[in-house]
Amino acid sequence: MKKCLVVDDSSVIRKVARRVLEELNFEILEAENGQKALDQCKVEMPEAILLDWNMPVMDGLEFLIQLRSTANGEKPKVIFCTTENDISHIAQAVQAGADEYIMKPFDREILENKFQEVGLL
Amino acid sequence: MSIDSRDFEYLRDFLMKSSGLVVKPEKEYLLKSRLEPLARSRGMESISELVSSMKSAIALELRDTVTDAMTTNESLFFRDKTPFEHLDNIMLPYFLEQRKVRKRLRIWCAAASTGQEPYSIAMSLKEQGAKLAGWNFDILGTDISKTVLTKATAGQYTQFEVQRGLPIKLLLKYFTQQGENWVLNENVRRMVKYKESNLLENFANVGKFDIVFCRNVLIYFDLETKKKVLEKISLQMEPDSYLLLGAAETVMGICDKFEAVKGARGLYKFR
Repeated sequence: MKKCLVVDDSSVIRKVARRVLEELNFEILEAENGQKALDQCKVEMPEAILLDWNMPVMDGLEFLIQLRSTANGEKPKVIFCTTENDISHIAQAVQAGADEYIMKPFDREILENKFQEVGLL
Repeated sequence: MSIDSRDFEYLRDFLMKSSGLVVKPEKEYLLKSRLEPLARSRGMESISELVSSMKSAIALELRDTVTDAMTTNESLFFRDKTPFEHLDNIMLPYFLEQRKVRKRLRIWCAAASTGQEPYSIAMSLKEQGAKLAGWNFDILGTDISKTVLTKATAGQYTQFEVQRGLPIKLLLKYFTQQGENWVLNENVRRMVKYKESNLLENFANVGKFDIVFCRNVLIYFDLETKKKVLEKISLQMEPDSYLLLGAAETVMGICDKFEAVKGARGLYKFR
């Protein structure tokens, strides 16, 4: 079973994402900020990361930059999932190594579609 | 409340004649879900009142609107992915060789809807880069509905629409953000022309094509209409052209002018 790390400071979003992704046969790990996500990735690198942008301690972009320079950090498919919906944020995320980008609000179909897009389904 | 049986029969016959759409009794919910909001928007109380108005000789616009409401189907970018892989891996390599002197390809989307399919083709061609330098592409999108073609021509999509099927890198490359909407850049939009056209009527004036996308259209027709539409499409195809149908559609037992391409689901070669 593929592992997906859901990184979001909102427990509601983590719960919604967990419900959908478990139905898509992912095993879910959770982190509430970028630092905790990075610590988690150093223990075990997941196949996928669903990543919020604005979080306390370490934001999503900083996490992604650090992840991509970590050993094996190029492996996970990273899908941003954020309310930062302007083109400059999207461009920054892709530049930093994001594989896909979901603009909130999202629904199950968009989530599933983006996981297909990066080859995880 | 169910639709009065005489009204149902009237609507079924009308839709069959106007668009070839087959409405079986079990699809009554589709009539209700699409026509009740339309009736309300016109200040009418019920589908029965809508049907009475449609019967009036001067209700041409209303009848068109009903056809529109019933034939407008959702569309998304790079729907089903496979047809676009066939375009990249089978059709384009073939035509790059076969049309190397003419350097021109004509592609027809026979049910263009709100434009996501023809624009996906246009972006696929753009993504080929230098390989297609010097080539000309005519992409024609036709649809029975004027409403969807107006949206297609504008090339403007909501945040929700651009997140369905469109890879983020293509969104960045080919779209401009305008408030909450995303507008396809002019260099992609101008690759596609649109024309209102009913697949049951004569469309000989559209010319001949190398590739025809006619996906998720035949499933709404009965056997006779499918035959008629495929025959008509075949008249617009170049001798070595390709036809793409939806995953749930086939030409088998319907039309012998096409041969399935082995290992390529939904792809047929004209013979």
